[in-house]
Amino acid sequence: MDDFYRELIVEHYKNPTYKGTLDPNDFTYEDENPLCGDHIRVDLRVDENQVITEAVFSGHGCAISQASADLLMESIIGKPLDEVKKMTKETVLELLGIELGPVRLKCALLSLKVLKAGLYGIGNIEEELSEI
Amino acid sequence: MNLDINKIKTDFPILNREVRPGTRLVYLDSTATAQKPSVVIDSMKQYYEMSNANIHRGIHQLAEEATSMYESARQKIARFIHARSTKEIIFTRNATESINLVAQTWGRKFLNAGDLIILTEMEHHSNLVPWQMLAEEKNLELDFIPVTEIGELDSTAYDRLLEKNPKLVAFTHMSNVLGTINPAKEMVQKAHDAGALVLIDGAQSVPHFSVDVNDLDADFYVFSAHKMVGPTGIGVLYGKEKLLAEMPPFLGGGDMIKKVHLRSFKANDLPHKFEAGTPAIAEAIGFGKAIDYLSAIGMENIADHEKKITQYALQKLQVVENLKVFCPNVTERGGVISFEMGFVHPHDVAQVLDHYGIAVRAGHHCAMPLHEKFGLPATSRASFYLYNDYEDVDLLVIGLQHVNEMFA
Repeated sequence: MDDFYRELIVEHYKNPTYKGTLDPNDFTYEDENPLCGDHIRVDLRVDENQVITEAVFSGHGCAISQASADLLMESIIGKPLDEVKKMTKETVLELLGIELGPVRLKCALLSLKVLKAGLYGIGNIEEELSEI
Repeated sequence: MNLDINKIKTDFPILNREVRPGTRLVYLDSTATAQKPSVVIDSMKQYYEMSNANIHRGIHQLAEEATSMYESARQKIARFIHARSTKEIIFTRNATESINLVAQTWGRKFLNAGDLIILTEMEHHSNLVPWQMLAEEKNLELDFIPVTEIGELDSTAYDRLLEKNPKLVAFTHMSNVLGTINPAKEMVQKAHDAGALVLIDGAQSVPHFSVDVNDLDADFYVFSAHKMVGPTGIGVLYGKEKLLAEMPPFLGGGDMIKKVHLRSFKANDLPHKFEAGTPAIAEAIGFGKAIDYLSAIGMENIADHEKKITQYALQKLQVVENLKVFCPNVTERGGVISFEMGFVHPHDVAQVLDHYGIAVRAGHHCAMPLHEKFGLPATSRASFYLYNDYEDVDLLVIGLQHVNEMFA
């Protein structure tokens, strides 16, 4: 735990590369983790082929939720929306490169949850999120 | 009398485990749930190995033993909180279920549209949501005694609320976030003078200091075994016999009946009227043992010890940079300290502490409205019990200094 916190997570938490908002944007969505009040918003821009050209997040939260959001943004730039829709919790865990217990998993997956909930639209959230 | 903490620590097997190789456990989360001494664990094992049977109905040796062990636990609890009779001690799953029981039976029968229930801003969700559910169903009014900046209930505001003719006042004896011990006796008296009944959430008080429901004159008093070195899955509703007698049953089923016909039933006598189905027998027995254990040490001694540890911790924490205790100047305080650490998220505080084997709680501690009031999404919380010593506090302080180093 110590090493990952000190290096990867803390680094992304303290100096996120993809933190900010986009105005105008093609897509924006936000949500929170009621467990701890962590709040994340994701803004995207896409090209005419529905490929993500810019992705940023904003909000507040613990190091794991913020670092995983930063890593997730980095990983989706250049990907088509359809591919992003198929991302799973394993995708995020691979990005983080760590194993997490069920409680911290919720922190790590908040940004993916926000992203997918936004992409699928409100109507399909519950079903899709049960997969996350 | 000073507690022999080294001896006490050996009573709790879990406190001798290493969280990870070479890292001993520093358990500072007893407000969430307390650890269990071997006498409690063994009593449950022994029941299953020697006396396991269903209670109250069987006419065989094991059933007699099991029934007598179960009922003797009830007697111990009645004596422990100074109830007048075992008829006033209802076994439930936990304090939460006890509150729901009162809301769904007494509340449903005796409250009508427009009736007012007074709660407080420092309640645990378990003493908010059952009343919100009832209020929605029956169109009741809810109002709240505010929490002052110091972290205490605003007694002037309480007096004003009482003028609105409430039917019930429900409040926590001790806040699970701030540690505030509320002046329960005085509050009960005022409520009674205003014609209201009183329910007290004792989940954090009964484990930590001596409680006399008779002296408090509480109408309902609820608590859970697992926060007082007993097992999970069992709690208590204390209610004045007269009130319990007037209340309809809660859950229906076996044991809570005297007679059953195809279309009707006659409810059993107290306390069984409220205990439908096979109860948590082993847990009741473990609960009884927990009471024996705490009583042998003495609740005054436990309270005294926790007060010393808490004062020591409040003082020690001052050396930690960026650390701000949530309401440090509460006058009457139990062994609970919630705090924030500058911009470091409580989850990160807890995760780093966990690396050093220190267990604290991070989050809103099931008191979202209280955190909202103070503009905090979440806090970290360290809580103390009879098995914590000064060294535990020192290790916490060192751990928190590591948090600062990591996130500086």
